[in-house]
Amino acid sequence: MIVVVFGVFLLTMLVVTAVAVVRTENLFVAVMLMSIFSLLMAANFFILDAADVALTEAAIGAGITTVIFLGALALTAQSEQAAVSPKGRFAALAVVTVLAMVMIWATFDKPRLGDPDAPVHQHVAPWYLEQTPELIGIPNVVTAVLGTFRGYDTLGEVFVVFAACIGVLFVLSAGGIRDRSKEADAESIGLKHHLIPKVVGRLLVPFIVLFGLYVQFHGEYGPGGGFQAGAIIATGVILYALLEGETNALRALPRRVLLGMVVGGALLYTLVGVAGILLGGNFLDYSVLASNPVVGQQIGIILIEAGVGITVCGSLLSIFHAFAAREAS
Amino acid sequence: MELLGYFNYWVFAVVLVIGFYAVIAKGNLIKKLLGLAIFQSAVFLMYITMDKIEGGTAPIIKEGVEGQLYSNPLPQVLILTAIVVGVSMTAMGLALVVRIKEAYGSIEESVILEEDHSS
Repeated sequence: MIVVVFGVFLLTMLVVTAVAVVRTENLFVAVMLMSIFSLLMAANFFILDAADVALTEAAIGAGITTVIFLGALALTAQSEQAAVSPKGRFAALAVVTVLAMVMIWATFDKPRLGDPDAPVHQHVAPWYLEQTPELIGIPNVVTAVLGTFRGYDTLGEVFVVFAACIGVLFVLSAGGIRDRSKEADAESIGLKHHLIPKVVGRLLVPFIVLFGLYVQFHGEYGPGGGFQAGAIIATGVILYALLEGETNALRALPRRVLLGMVVGGALLYTLVGVAGILLGGNFLDYSVLASNPVVGQQIGIILIEAGVGITVCGSLLSIFHAFAAREAS
Repeated sequence: MELLGYFNYWVFAVVLVIGFYAVIAKGNLIKKLLGLAIFQSAVFLMYITMDKIEGGTAPIIKEGVEGQLYSNPLPQVLILTAIVVGVSMTAMGLALVVRIKEAYGSIEESVILEEDHSS
């Protein structure tokens, strides 16, 4: 009962925050509200028994997305102008109201929340839950499905992240890049003159990175894995960049290394798949990687999770630096 | 109590249209992208709502525990990867917005359209 009340409260707050994001004209406020929205969403996911997804949403939605939005705001505008006429606004309101009504009406055909007889719980899900301990031998079924049962899908997602990162670098690297050598002194200060963020932040950075590594290597046993770990480690490095200045962050992790991570992670994932073929199995069939199929599966999952983590971390940091290096027009 | 079982789906519908409203009714390109992010989060909420099973827990199997129900891992995997792809796409959109600002000097749709028509 208490969980239901809590869930209803969180979902109500979610709607309120979403309305506030759309209504406010100050874009900085909108982005910060969006971060709160993501955090509320993560709490909701946790209540709905999706620990892995909650961790991902908290690290990426509330953390990295906010930083990227702020980076873009610094290059564009701080507030929006009311552009659409009242007539257009009423038309849009009418359209979305009808749409919401239709969808709410349609929900009455859906199974209730938590209904064990819902169609979604009937097909492959019970098989995954039954077979994972036997075939894969790891406790976290989400990691097992992500890594092996749906390995093709995850490989595709990694390449989407890879392609998006390359796209951002292409779009943002043409012209207008700040000349670092001339204004390096002014820029590299970072938050050094703010004592409290500096002291607290410097203490936090190593622990954030350590926690990221824990999430990476503990992903088979608890909530976690490459996607979350990559985002958490990237958050730690971004915090370092904010505290010590971008130049120092790039000295620690140069652009070339970051690009190598983006490419190397995706390549590692693919190579594990190809190794499966060379050893006589199918593409992304890890059971041939060791003499014992279960051990082979575990080796495969650890390797591909490492590939995912490296690519995600490299991509997010490359994107952050691409926005940070751009000169405001 | 019976109706509360649908509450998550109602919130999904409402949040979805709030995001959609921002995409169609706001002229500011960053606001549109924020709307798109809200829209996408609503879809995540719908998927994760479906994974819940009464009396279940997160799908991390504990050895020696019999008869424990676990929530459905499949929607979780789909949404986990979708969140990461979502942030990549948002970054791509923002990169394009930054270039539009440099080319047109504004990120308001009305100004951009005016400049397109006058040239």
